[in-house]
Amino acid sequence: MDIRLEKLTKVFQDKGDASQQVRAVDELDITIPSGKLIGLLGPSGCGKSTTLYMIAGLLKPTSGKIFFDDEDVTELPPEKRGIGLVFQNYALYPHMTVLQNILFPLQNLKVPKQEALERAQKVADLVDIGTLLNRKPKQLSGGQQQRVAIARALVKEPRVLLLDEPLSNLDARLRLQTREEIKRIQRETGITTIFVTHDQEEAMSISDEIVVMKTGLEQQKGAPQEVYNNPVNKFVAKFLGTPPINLFFGKVENKGLYIGDEKIGDSELENQDVIVGIRPEGFEVNDEGTGEFTIDIEQVEYIGRDKSIVGRNPYSENPTFRFIIDSDIKNVEPGKQIKATIKKNKCFVFDKITESRIQ
Amino acid sequence: MEVKQSQWKAWLYLAPTIILMIVFTFYPLVNTFITAFKENYNYFSGEYSGIGLGNFEILFVRSDVNPDMNFINIYLKNTALIAVVSVPISIALALIIAVALNSIPKFQKVLQTIFFLPYVTNTIAIGMVFAVMFDDKSGLVNTLVQMFGGDPIKWLGSDLGTAPYVNSLAVLLIYIVWDALPFKILLFLSSLQGIDKQYYQAAQIDGTSKLRTFGRITVPLLSPQIVYLMITSFIGAFKEYNSVISIFDNARPYGYQQNTMATIVWYIYDSLKRVDGGVGRAAAGAVVLFVIIMIITAIQSQVSKRFVHY
Repeated sequence: MDIRLEKLTKVFQDKGDASQQVRAVDELDITIPSGKLIGLLGPSGCGKSTTLYMIAGLLKPTSGKIFFDDEDVTELPPEKRGIGLVFQNYALYPHMTVLQNILFPLQNLKVPKQEALERAQKVADLVDIGTLLNRKPKQLSGGQQQRVAIARALVKEPRVLLLDEPLSNLDARLRLQTREEIKRIQRETGITTIFVTHDQEEAMSISDEIVVMKTGLEQQKGAPQEVYNNPVNKFVAKFLGTPPINLFFGKVENKGLYIGDEKIGDSELENQDVIVGIRPEGFEVNDEGTGEFTIDIEQVEYIGRDKSIVGRNPYSENPTFRFIIDSDIKNVEPGKQIKATIKKNKCFVFDKITESRIQ
Repeated sequence: MEVKQSQWKAWLYLAPTIILMIVFTFYPLVNTFITAFKENYNYFSGEYSGIGLGNFEILFVRSDVNPDMNFINIYLKNTALIAVVSVPISIALALIIAVALNSIPKFQKVLQTIFFLPYVTNTIAIGMVFAVMFDDKSGLVNTLVQMFGGDPIKWLGSDLGTAPYVNSLAVLLIYIVWDALPFKILLFLSSLQGIDKQYYQAAQIDGTSKLRTFGRITVPLLSPQIVYLMITSFIGAFKEYNSVISIFDNARPYGYQQNTMATIVWYIYDSLKRVDGGVGRAAAGAVVLFVIIMIITAIQSQVSKRFVHY
């Protein structure tokens, strides 16, 4: 089932002071294709959770519409929308066992007991908690609780599965494991799934598509790699990727792209000051240290296959910047000055004022 | 040496509390147990006729006030009825009112204040107002009853005749429940506000009816508070005294029922007023009350282990 948001807007009004209002979500137009796993991504306060809660029906939009296929569900109460929601802290009923938690939605729907038990067992097996059914939530680990919450959301066979920061309460290792699990469950059930996260790595690794948001506005939507390779503006470029993109004050002069006095590439643009963004993997360094872009090396970290290097350049936006090169490259040591070549497809040019990408 | 000195200091700091507790709690406690066995004990002269179970015999077998009134058929019966009826009713009512209050955003503060009024009002004063309200001849309640075409009901008894036991008990219970509500409502309300809203959102998404949400989510999540109130209210109900005194024992012409409405604590206070051996009998009553409360609390804390779900 497709989900379509049309000019979806949510304004939060301060109770005491009517002039104090926050546009948490601003005229959001998104279509979420059927059967896909979509990540709503953005920093905290960008309106991603608000959007999710509006799709769930727990928040009423100020204006705009929500469609499930061609059905307008904007005015529909949450229980009539056929959604499953997994809360950030799971909201498992602490006084019920895992089985009772999973059965709870089915009892509301008056599903016959035998069928309910079968469905609960099936969905519990799907999320791999089939042996924990008689435990109380407190006796489970964070990851197991998470699965129970997913099972409870899935057992009533919803049209959409919504996940609010599903991994934020898990430790790093469990997070890796669980995100694959979510991907697998989504693929096996084929259910349209939307999840909210502020962790770009998380969103990029499991989503079929990501929607990057900032201050209530959609910035960019697309396949994760596509968005990473072709960010539309500085915000998206900065938000995706670890280590983050490196930004430099640059300029375009006579069809050449310069950082300081060093020409690092070509440009079709008019002469102007620009911001140059270079992905950490966009620096090419050879053993002789020759190239066109000067870097003072401050620190070298070996991270297995690669070397992660902290360097300085007077035109960098931050005091230092970080890039990654092959660990076999020699003569890269702290205190040394080297030259690098900039890979063309890893280098983006942004307008200095609007911050949109212009090259 | 050092250890000893720090111990000495610790005792010094604890001294004010310990001394006060010894004088006003431990000594009276022990003394009450001893006094309970002193027969015909004269509090002022310190004389007594012997050590034995005489005070308990008077309590259980033959009353010194009225041969028909003994501990079991009056004091214990009244007290137990008060506890068994008023505690569950007041807890259930308080829970319903708290949930209702919690779900209305408007006027919540105003209504909260109204419900909280009995808590800050003098119990004796309220009792007297109840006595006036339920007066057999000119009370507000009977005026209302007559307005709707009924015959005046004998609530408390007057010079027109004694009131039926059940009627007087009803007045007493209404008063006790009403008086007990505010604290319970307040406790439930604050606990309700502490419950994570997401439980309710989750229930809403799953299409849980209001009634089911209340029964399957709110009540279990409040079970620790319910148990706490059960235990403390039962203890409180067994110590019920003010209400009886203020409704049935204030200035005439009210209060013809005082003796038949008497509770255990009422017996204790009443005995204290009697010079010959009264203190001993009061102490015996206190010891029995102590044992009853101890047994009930022990039972409740065992039962509650099964009731509190997490």
